[in-house]
Amino acid sequence: MENFNLEVDSDGIALVTWDMPGRSMNVISAAVIQEMTDWIGKVKDDDAIKGVVLTSGKDSFCAGADLEEMEGGVFGSSGDLSQEEMAAAFEKVYALNRLLRSLETCGKPVAAAINGTALGGGLEVVLACHYRVAADNPKAQLGLPEAKVGLMPGGGGTQRLPRLIGVIACAPLILEGKGLAPAKALKSGVIHKVVPAGQVVSDAKRWVKEEGDPVQPWDKKGYAIPGGGPHDKDGMQNFVIGNSMLHAKTYGNYPAQKHIMSALYEGLLVPMDAALRIESRYFLKTLLRPEAGNMIRTLFLSIQELTKGARRPSGEAATDVKKVGVLGAGMMGAGIAYVSAMSGIEVVLIDMSQEGADKGKDYSVKLLDKRIERRRATEEKKQEVLARITPTTDYALLEGADLIIEAVFEDRKIKADVTAKAEAVIPKASIFGSNTSTLPITGLALESARPDQFIGVHFFSPVDKMPLVEIILGEKTNDKALAVALDYVKKIKKTPIVVNDSRGFYTSRCFGTYVREGMNMLAEGIAPALIENAGKMTGMPVAPLAMTDEVSLDLSYHVQQQTKKDLGQHYEEMPGDRIVEKMVAELDRKGRKNGKGFYEYPKEGEKFLWPGLSELAAVAADQPEVDELKKRLLYIQALETARCFEENVLVDVRDADVGSILGWGFAPYTGGTLSFIDMIGVRKFVEECDVMAQKYGKRFAPGALLRDMAEANDSFYKRFNPKGTKAAA
Amino acid sequence: MTDCYIYDHVRTPRGKGKASGALHDITALQLATQVLQAVRDRNDLDTSRVDDVVLGCVSPIGEQGADIARTAVLNADYDQSVAGVQINRFCASGLEATNMAAAQVMSGQADLSIGGGVEAMSRVPMGSDGGAWPSNPEAAFKTYFVPQGVSADLIATKYGFSRDAVDAFAVESQKRAAHSWEKGYFNKSVVPVKDQLGLVALDHDEHLRPETTMQSLASLDPSFAALADFAGFDKVILQRYPEVEKINYVHHAGNSSGIVDGAAAILLGSKQAGEELGLKPRARIRSFASVGSEPSIMLTGPEHVTRKALKRAGMAVDDIDLYELNEAFAAVVLRFSQALGIEHDKLNVNGGAIAMGHPLGATGAMILGTVLDELERRDLNSALATLCVGGGMGTATIIERV
Repeated sequence: MENFNLEVDSDGIALVTWDMPGRSMNVISAAVIQEMTDWIGKVKDDDAIKGVVLTSGKDSFCAGADLEEMEGGVFGSSGDLSQEEMAAAFEKVYALNRLLRSLETCGKPVAAAINGTALGGGLEVVLACHYRVAADNPKAQLGLPEAKVGLMPGGGGTQRLPRLIGVIACAPLILEGKGLAPAKALKSGVIHKVVPAGQVVSDAKRWVKEEGDPVQPWDKKGYAIPGGGPHDKDGMQNFVIGNSMLHAKTYGNYPAQKHIMSALYEGLLVPMDAALRIESRYFLKTLLRPEAGNMIRTLFLSIQELTKGARRPSGEAATDVKKVGVLGAGMMGAGIAYVSAMSGIEVVLIDMSQEGADKGKDYSVKLLDKRIERRRATEEKKQEVLARITPTTDYALLEGADLIIEAVFEDRKIKADVTAKAEAVIPKASIFGSNTSTLPITGLALESARPDQFIGVHFFSPVDKMPLVEIILGEKTNDKALAVALDYVKKIKKTPIVVNDSRGFYTSRCFGTYVREGMNMLAEGIAPALIENAGKMTGMPVAPLAMTDEVSLDLSYHVQQQTKKDLGQHYEEMPGDRIVEKMVAELDRKGRKNGKGFYEYPKEGEKFLWPGLSELAAVAADQPEVDELKKRLLYIQALETARCFEENVLVDVRDADVGSILGWGFAPYTGGTLSFIDMIGVRKFVEECDVMAQKYGKRFAPGALLRDMAEANDSFYKRFNPKGTKAAA
Repeated sequence: MTDCYIYDHVRTPRGKGKASGALHDITALQLATQVLQAVRDRNDLDTSRVDDVVLGCVSPIGEQGADIARTAVLNADYDQSVAGVQINRFCASGLEATNMAAAQVMSGQADLSIGGGVEAMSRVPMGSDGGAWPSNPEAAFKTYFVPQGVSADLIATKYGFSRDAVDAFAVESQKRAAHSWEKGYFNKSVVPVKDQLGLVALDHDEHLRPETTMQSLASLDPSFAALADFAGFDKVILQRYPEVEKINYVHHAGNSSGIVDGAAAILLGSKQAGEELGLKPRARIRSFASVGSEPSIMLTGPEHVTRKALKRAGMAVDDIDLYELNEAFAAVVLRFSQALGIEHDKLNVNGGAIAMGHPLGATGAMILGTVLDELERRDLNSALATLCVGGGMGTATIIERV
């Protein structure tokens, strides 16, 4: 065996050590399944073997299925499989369940010595063991994260976990992929014992010798599901309420979660063997949905690739960013200072007044106090981080900074001023980054003495929570600047996308189409509640009018006026423009910030749609189907992304998809804006856009790239596959 | 087609559906048995002439399981040749049982049949039979399942019935029911329930609260807001009704049907069978129907099934003298009245389930009987009884006096 080592000790206990060569972590692959089949057979047949202890030769136990191997599998081929192909695909996915069932029914006690993290298939393997002891390592995670990337557990996780701890307790673990540290896993009954690191194997052996019950609880007579099965007394409500909660939360957009619920419900009504067949069927059904492939590709593989530096110019030496100057201590600057200091970077936080700068640093105090409250930091750590932040008005302190991030007010003059002041002090080689969200980088770089070292570093708010940084290349930005910016982003543990300069760059530009389309609908006489519910039903995190209120209408108005001025006669007037104008210029309804926008914000109780909206735009007697509105809201964003691609603002499909989900929360089940187009099919997408352009305006007209792709029956991941010729999922 | 006539009907009084209710120590079997015995004894009925007994029961498990209709037939000492079948059309079960029993006569396959229903809600709680619809994710997602109360609150929201409007309806229901009891309008058909010793356990509907006022109702909190918020039922139903911004929760225990125990039976038969047994026909079944409609709002079926039954009978809304619609929730009746333009003075003139309660399996037969008695009292001709039904269904029956 290549991946396992089997050693039988004098007590007849087989110690099976999982240790895959050439990998930092064990994963479940086809080869692993084959070898497990072999050693389980040996354990069963060899009378000299009295029991088994399974452990890992790595720091962690097992990270789950090999998603890269899976990516080349059957994703998204739904509907195209013949009966024979479907049956064969089932046999393939059922192999793991069959294997783990044979492990737990081999007639000999099997103990899992969980030395570290066990996720997904890794946890499923240990759940099929009769005894689970874990090393006391608070950083280790036990969990089933499959649902987070559009998959469901397929190694018995949906059946063994609820049979161990009950439906309610397992719901957040399976449906939301929440992980547990060993101590918590012990408390909730997922494992039997926690021992100091290094003692897991000896304790597991002790169990085999002293206790060694080779029968799982669910295979014993009189077994009952904790808290009740789906039709036991009290058990049914778990499903009635659970279905509703899930439907409410997912809007029915996530096949994995729904299939998990079905596997739980149907599986818990039958004994384990039948339950595992049911799970495997739903697992395969999930796999065959395009959402699964898209989510894995974007939310797992692409994020990982981008975070590891897929977009970094290979010729540039790595820079360890040690000192950062943050210009402007407002909300963004304060957040940037915090995440930088947390990653061990020295920060000079500059503002116009000392008071302003101090206030910016106070933000870090607040966040650190919160962490201490949640026991995620110590007072010592707090002081250490705070010591790295120097709030000041003195530009001279920027001396020696590797990188500047300017986060002052969105005004070219002010930006020019601070750029000059900073550049007067910083080393020649320093990179100057601007956190502007609206002003084109090339224009700002004109005010820089070194435009080739000038780059956009666009953070999202709140900086400490949002994982994305949008890096914008100006016309003259050089590879060195890009490399430094990416090295910095890596150091602060965020995910970068790299785009070329454009009005609103990529994320703001495409996100803007969503909220504007909401206002267009309003202007057309579509009922406000219908617009808002349609928005939520698309899977966007916030409804369009509500979102406009959050970012404030005067900002929308300001962007609109600026764009009008800049584009002149090329500006495409939209129905919603007059709505924003009237709301801001005449009615002073700016959104949540002044307590009145599309919504009213009563002092007590929830916000509600402003009744005056019907006077702003009379509600039409005939209202469209909600599906048509959902389509408009999603298509307009995807279409703008395709335009960005055509205009070379985007050059990598991964930037597009990852940026859309992490940047503005584009419906994650789609895998991102371009995956969404691929999922619809470019040809169909173009046809539907043409129809919408007729109905709603030329903003829906597809560009030349899309038409060409439709003609060629191409997809984004085929034509622009970032991994070259390898077939995309 | 053979005409089917109603010869008689009886019902038990309705006992509060809780441990303190007067019928809590009476089995469901006894409730069913006693109404069958009453029908037999009042009419001096040769039970060997009865072909089938169809009883509605919505939670047919435990003591209500194993075909309670056949069990009750034997327990009531009917001739052993009489068959019995239990059916479930949720809240319309009692009316559906009557329709099915009538259909056997109308199709010429039975001469005499009994339709009715039973539900001992204090003993076999609502929902205790489980079921795939709300719990199986496949079904729950597909139907946008929410509890009926949330559906009723959506009806109130969508069709504009304020808390005051539903409360006012409830006050009127109480007033009418109390008045009808006071005047003895129900006496003809209500048979007291006897206990194990043959003593009267209950001889009147005990759920009534005639003292109910707008003020007393105003103090009640909406029943479904907290549950909907906790479980997200409001978000689920708004995915089906996205034109609604948010649910206005107006229903509570005081303007919704009461949970009670009770049973009812209606004696049906052909003209010939009646003549042979010396029975006097009181009304003819003119038409009946059941429909399905959108399951999530669930309770607007009566409008649709009424149109269907009227069409089948060749009648118009105004041709019906009295309407009886089960008062599952006040908004259900208000919406029915709004949709069909039926004034309250023709609708539920003796009050309804808000005052007297809704023993799920039996109510349909009870309200059909009540409206027949009222036709006779007022010397009017035609009536339509209908109920809203889980899953978006509706059932209706049109009768006319002969």
